[in-house]
Amino acid sequence: MGRAQIKKKDIFIDMTAMSDVTVLLLTFFMLTSTFVKKEPVEITTPASVSEIKIPEKNILSILVDPHGKVFMSLSQRDDMTAVLQSMGQAYGITFTPKEIKKFAAAPTFGVPIRSMKQFLNLPDNQQDAVLKDQGIPTDSVDNQFKSWVRLAHAQNPDLRIAIKADSKTPYSVIKKVMNSLQDLKENRYNLITSLKTASDEKNKK
Amino acid sequence: MSDKNNGKKRQKKLTCRVDFTPMVDMNMLLITFFMLCTSLSKPQTMEISMPSNDKNITDQDRSKVKASQAITLLLAENDRVFYYTGLPNYKDPKSLKESSYHADGIRKFLLSHNIEATAKVEQLKLDKQNKKITEEQYSQKLNEIKGGKDTPTVIIKAMGTASYKNLVDALDEMQICNIGKYVIDNITPEDKAFIKSFEKVSGSSQKSAN
Repeated sequence: MGRAQIKKKDIFIDMTAMSDVTVLLLTFFMLTSTFVKKEPVEITTPASVSEIKIPEKNILSILVDPHGKVFMSLSQRDDMTAVLQSMGQAYGITFTPKEIKKFAAAPTFGVPIRSMKQFLNLPDNQQDAVLKDQGIPTDSVDNQFKSWVRLAHAQNPDLRIAIKADSKTPYSVIKKVMNSLQDLKENRYNLITSLKTASDEKNKK
Repeated sequence: MSDKNNGKKRQKKLTCRVDFTPMVDMNMLLITFFMLCTSLSKPQTMEISMPSNDKNITDQDRSKVKASQAITLLLAENDRVFYYTGLPNYKDPKSLKESSYHADGIRKFLLSHNIEATAKVEQLKLDKQNKKITEEQYSQKLNEIKGGKDTPTVIIKAMGTASYKNLVDALDEMQICNIGKYVIDNITPEDKAFIKSFEKVSGSSQKSAN
């Protein structure tokens, strides 16, 4: 009997130290990391040597995918509701409180304003699939992208514009976006890039 | 009796130990979640300011670029890049040069046109490393050097078929070569024709060489 009890005691491993380590790691991750925003299209940003970090608040990011589809996201929730309402007014569409709430909950938006109501009434799982094929119209006939930027800027004057485009995007698409911004007298903006590593340089050579 | 006492003592010892295994399990799960759902590094950005297309600006406000100090980069498709200095001489396709985004391509050329400022910036960086000057002084002086009188002005003209990466690469070179004065401009049909005539000439010269 006595022997058996000793054996049982031996199996018991003290996990206190292990738990200390994991809690420490957990705290580290919680403090240093930021959550990844869900984006409708996958975008690989080009590398650059610039080391300026982007601020977290007051950012209007413009996503441009390789096929020229444009999506937008605002960092502040309350801005999003206000911008949707003023956008609705400009185009003569009224949104129900439920629709506005749903709009504010989405990380990115990018459907033509006329189909916005229909889009917001779709179930969540279908929204993702639909959003991929949509995008804000940027052509000169009906430049809704311009209206979005203008209204967002009117709502929050401190807003900074950041363009996040895929490295394979043709310049003609970027130019369209830049020209729209230029028309709005938004002459200062940021281009989001990823840090160039030493291996990137070597590959080039 | 003694046997019973012993047993009791052992039981007490056992109860004061808490099993941390589930706690560790849970923590590991949380760590995995955080590692997968978050990004550690914030994205980098590049700040650019475009010229305003306000038509009310008078010619006096516009800073004229000295032709001798102007370098024009033409970004074309398939990662090709051309450059010319000064005013374009559209009749002579040989005044246009083809280069690349490699370290010994366009960068070498730009640095050779900006030797003075580059040397000054290197000195400034050393001073900062040795803590001779503060961060504030450094950025102020850096701007002074970059905006200096003898630094070249670069005009970047991208064709619609050039990729966004090309544009960022070109802007990157501006930073590496310490060029403070650069502008992104629209490409003109003359420039496009210039590249075409250049390609004709270089194509025929290659043939004759063969």
